[in-house]
Formats: sequence, structure tokens, C-alpha cells
Amino acid sequence: MILLLAAAIGTLYAGGLYMMLQRSLVKLIIGLALLSHAANLLIFTASGQMGGRPPILPGNGAAPPAPVADPLPQALILTAIVIGFGVLAFAVVLLHRTYRITGTDDLDRLRSTE
Amino acid sequence: MTHIRLVLPILIPFATAAACLFAWRHGRLQRVLGVTGSFLLFGAAGSLLWKVRTEGIQVVQIAGWPAPFGISLVADLFSSMMIMVTGILGAAVAVYSAGSIDAGRESFGYYALYQVLLMGVCGAFLTGDIFNLYVWFEVMLMASFVLMALGGEQGQIEGALKYVTLNLMASAVFLAAVGLLYGVAGTLNMADLAAKLHRVAHPGLITVLSMLFLVAFGIKAAVFPLFFWLPASYHTPPVAVSAIFAGLLTKVGVYALIRVFTLIFVQNGGYTHTLILVISGLTMVTGVLGAIAQNEFRRILAFHSVSQIGYMILGLGLFTPLALAGSVFFVIHHSIVKSNLFLISGLANRFGGSFELKQLGGLYVTRPMLGVLFLVPALSLAGLPPLSGFFAKLLLARAGLDIGSYLIVGVLLAVSLLTLLSMTKIWAQAFWRPAPGAGSRTQARAGRAMWLPAVALAALSVAIGAAAGPVFELSRDAARQMIDPRIYIDAVLGARK
Repeated sequence: MILLLAAAIGTLYAGGLYMMLQRSLVKLIIGLALLSHAANLLIFTASGQMGGRPPILPGNGAAPPAPVADPLPQALILTAIVIGFGVLAFAVVLLHRTYRITGTDDLDRLRSTE
Repeated sequence: MTHIRLVLPILIPFATAAACLFAWRHGRLQRVLGVTGSFLLFGAAGSLLWKVRTEGIQVVQIAGWPAPFGISLVADLFSSMMIMVTGILGAAVAVYSAGSIDAGRESFGYYALYQVLLMGVCGAFLTGDIFNLYVWFEVMLMASFVLMALGGEQGQIEGALKYVTLNLMASAVFLAAVGLLYGVAGTLNMADLAAKLHRVAHPGLITVLSMLFLVAFGIKAAVFPLFFWLPASYHTPPVAVSAIFAGLLTKVGVYALIRVFTLIFVQNGGYTHTLILVISGLTMVTGVLGAIAQNEFRRILAFHSVSQIGYMILGLGLFTPLALAGSVFFVIHHSIVKSNLFLISGLANRFGGSFELKQLGGLYVTRPMLGVLFLVPALSLAGLPPLSGFFAKLLLARAGLDIGSYLIVGVLLAVSLLTLLSMTKIWAQAFWRPAPGAGSRTQARAGRAMWLPAVALAALSVAIGAAAGPVFELSRDAARQMIDPRIYIDAVLGARK
């Protein structure tokens, strides 16, 4: 399972970077989205909590039986997904504005500020 | 009641931003609210700095969750000095905005975004939790993205695109690094991390992780191979926005670098801090060479920002108490001076009608006051005594000589000279030589709202030079707190009882 996830994360990073290196603006945004997904999966995998039980106290004062899943990385990922969503929404609007104003989605032509 | 001072630098901009949103249709009211809120923040920052100075590190555990389980807000001297700088620049640039931002931008929430930006910056300076730091970075970035693109001029949009892409990339690296760090150490509280990382089984892993943080914060701080977004974007938005970005945003990256590399990643200093030292030298040199090649007022300033970032992390690379004090002093000095130079470039544009040095000219004849006003921060940036920049560079040079790093001190001095050269270039072309087209003179006026902040910041730069002793003592004490992580760890984790 770990190996599968690691391969998936690697593929996401590679795909994201490959997309970001294209000249098309749309692909740039897709690349950014892939990168943030890769990071989220990485947190999930790196925290090493697979196959644990829900971290809920049984109610009789005893600790829940091990192994227990760590809820914190899940909270982190949730936060990161929400932030990633907001940022991506902004990036899409920016992409639209860029196309409307400059009339191109070719990054090589957006050089007037350099 | 003591805790409220720690939370106020975040609450005040938040409340102001909310109030500005309620006043959506009333541009004038938003302006008043924005300026008032910024001055309140300035006051709160002053009171926090005083508190930390007299009583030591202040800690708040949010919602009463004890560290390391909840989120801690921590103000040591370095953080509270940075908050103070945020207060000063926030107030100065808010006043400048009131005199220079057009009604179109105002009506699309300029002041609300400006306050959210300040909130993000203050949050990043205050937090004691590494994931919370990521969240504050995002708050700050989101506001800065919109401020950068607001107005929708072609240059702005292109600049914003590059700025957004590289900063999101940095955020993704940062997030991945935080996740891996949690996987290794099982905690996110910075003090707890510092205490636990010594006991990790694979020290090599920690060094790898520290490199990920170096890349993430390095992009945000614009250090040597990662700075390309900065000169491509900082000159595109309105001057007030450029000024607050140049004064604060890259400093947050520098702050984060200094924080994690003094507190958390100190195990393998021979490798990490030497690397930082090399990067700092390369950053100084490439930045200043880039600036010399430019012929536009704001682009020169943007490239100089890169160069000066090198000085700030130079102290971190040397990693002695005196060098760190030099870094702290330099960050304070540079925030004020660089913002000031951007504000002055706006005034020059108002009177000369352009940012291009070729089209400017004769400003010394028509606006002698502006000439004097430009010289103060320009010479301070180059490091001429008795201005603030001189003492900042003196500290770093002394620290370098003390431990025999003659090469980096040589670089530091050579780059200073080149800085002076390009400041002289602006002076000679925009101010000293006769105006190029006699008929093109504009009769533009600039209100007091544009002059006062520029004059106040210039006066502050002179004042820091004149009162270098007290500011140095403050920086030295801040460095002492940082060089010994135990002080920070005890302050945060000791508050458990």
C-alpha cells in the first residue's frame, strides 16, 4: 500500500512539474493543482497511519485499542485542501483575466514585464 | 489581560478588514477606516514590543490547549520587532495609499485586502506552530495576489501570473516539508520540534527536510537561484502596493528562514549554515548586478531588494550572536528604507510623469525637496554613515571579520559600492541632469498624504542611525534569544503548568 501511494505521489509530482513546464497557461494551472494534490497525499502517507481504528474513546475511561489512526494529519490535509481550493479558484480567474487582457495563453509571449 | 497584546496585532487588521467590507460602497469611509486601523496596529505593536522588552518572551496558548497540542502564539524580541516594523510600514503606506490609490481600486476592496495582508504578516511573525505558519503564509499570499492583480493593467496581470505561480510552488514545497516533518517528529509546535529533533533516529533525514524548508522560504524571500519572480512582478502594481510588498513580504520569508534555522534546524550547521552563507553571497552579487543593468526606477529598486536579502541571510549563515544581531538590524533598516524608496519613486513619477530614467530629469531643479528626500534612503541603502544602513553593514562586517570569513566581508563591501553606484545613477539621471523634453513638464501636485509618509520614513532612517545604540542593544538581545533555542523552548513548553 505504501509503495502504491509513494508511486502515485511521485507520478503526481512528475506530472505536475511537467505540466508547469508547458507553454500553455491552462496547463500551468493544472500543474499547480496536481502539485497541491501530491503534497496532500504525501502528508497522508508520511504520517504513517494506515489501517488504524478511529481515534474515539470507548466511553469507559479506557484508551481506544491500538492501532489508532492519528487524526492530526487528516486535519492538516483538510485545511490544505480548502486552502488549495481557494487558491486554485483565484488562479483560474487570473487565467481568464490574463487571456481577456493579453489575448494569448502562451507563456512565452507574456514577457513585457521582464 | 497580558494575552490581549499578543492577539491584537492579528485582531485589529481583521476587524478593520471586516469593517471595510461593510463599508463596501463608501470609498471615503473605507479610506478612513483603513488608515485608522493601521495606526491602531502601530500602537498595538508598540505596546507588544514594550511588553516583550521589559518582561521577556510572551506566549499565548490559543483556546487554552496546552503546548504542544494546541496552537501557540509566541512573541520573542525578534517577532515583536518585526511586528513593530509592520505597524510602522502599515501606517505609513496606508496614509500614502489614501493619497495615491485611484477610486477604481478603492471601490474593489483595496483597503480590506490591505488589512488582510497585514493580518497575514502579523500572524506569520507571531505563530509558534509550523503548520499555522503555512496557513498565515497563505492568508498573506491570497491578499497579495489580489492586490497585485487589482486594477487589471497588462503589466500587472503578467507580473501577478509569475508571482502567483512561483509562490504557489513554494507553498506546495512548504506543505510537503511540513507533512514529512510531522511524519519524522510527530509534532508541529516549533518549540516542541526543536526539543525533539535531537532525538530523531536519522539525522540525515532532518538535513534533507531542512533543505526543503530552505527552498520553500528561499522562494518567498527571493534568494539567489529562486528570485526571478521578484524583478518580474514588484514594479507592476501601484507604488503603494510595491512599497508594502518590498517592505514586508520578502521579510516574512527571511523571518521564517531565520526562525527555523536558529530554532529547529541547528543540528548540522556545518552543512546548512555554510550553504546559506554561499547563497547569501551569490544573492548579494546577482541582485546588485541585475540592478545595474536596469533603467527603470522601480526595477532598480526591485533588483536591489534581491541583493539586500543576501545581507539579511548573511548573518544567519555566519551564525554568531553578533552576526544574527546584524541580520535583525538589517531587516529592520531595510524594510523602512526600501519602502521609503518605493514611495519616493511614486512621487518622482507624479512630478516627472514616468518611471523610466530616460524620461525623468531635472527633478532637483523643480523639486529640490524631493531630491533631498531621495538622498537620505538612497545613501542609507548604500550604507553611508551616519544613516541606518551603515550600522547594519558595520555589524555584519564586524561579525564576519571576527570569525575570519574575509571573503564574504569582501563581497559585502564590494556590493555596497555597487549599490552606491546604481543609487548614483538614479540620482544623476532623474534628479541632477536637465529635463530631457522641456515641453513635457507636468504641473502635477502631490498631496500631503503622499509627502508625509515618505518624510516620516526618511526621518526614521536618520533616527535609527542617530540612535544606533539602543536599536543595536535591541537587536543584540533578540539575537541572544535566538542563538540559544532553550530560552524559546522553555518559554513555550514551560507555560504548560
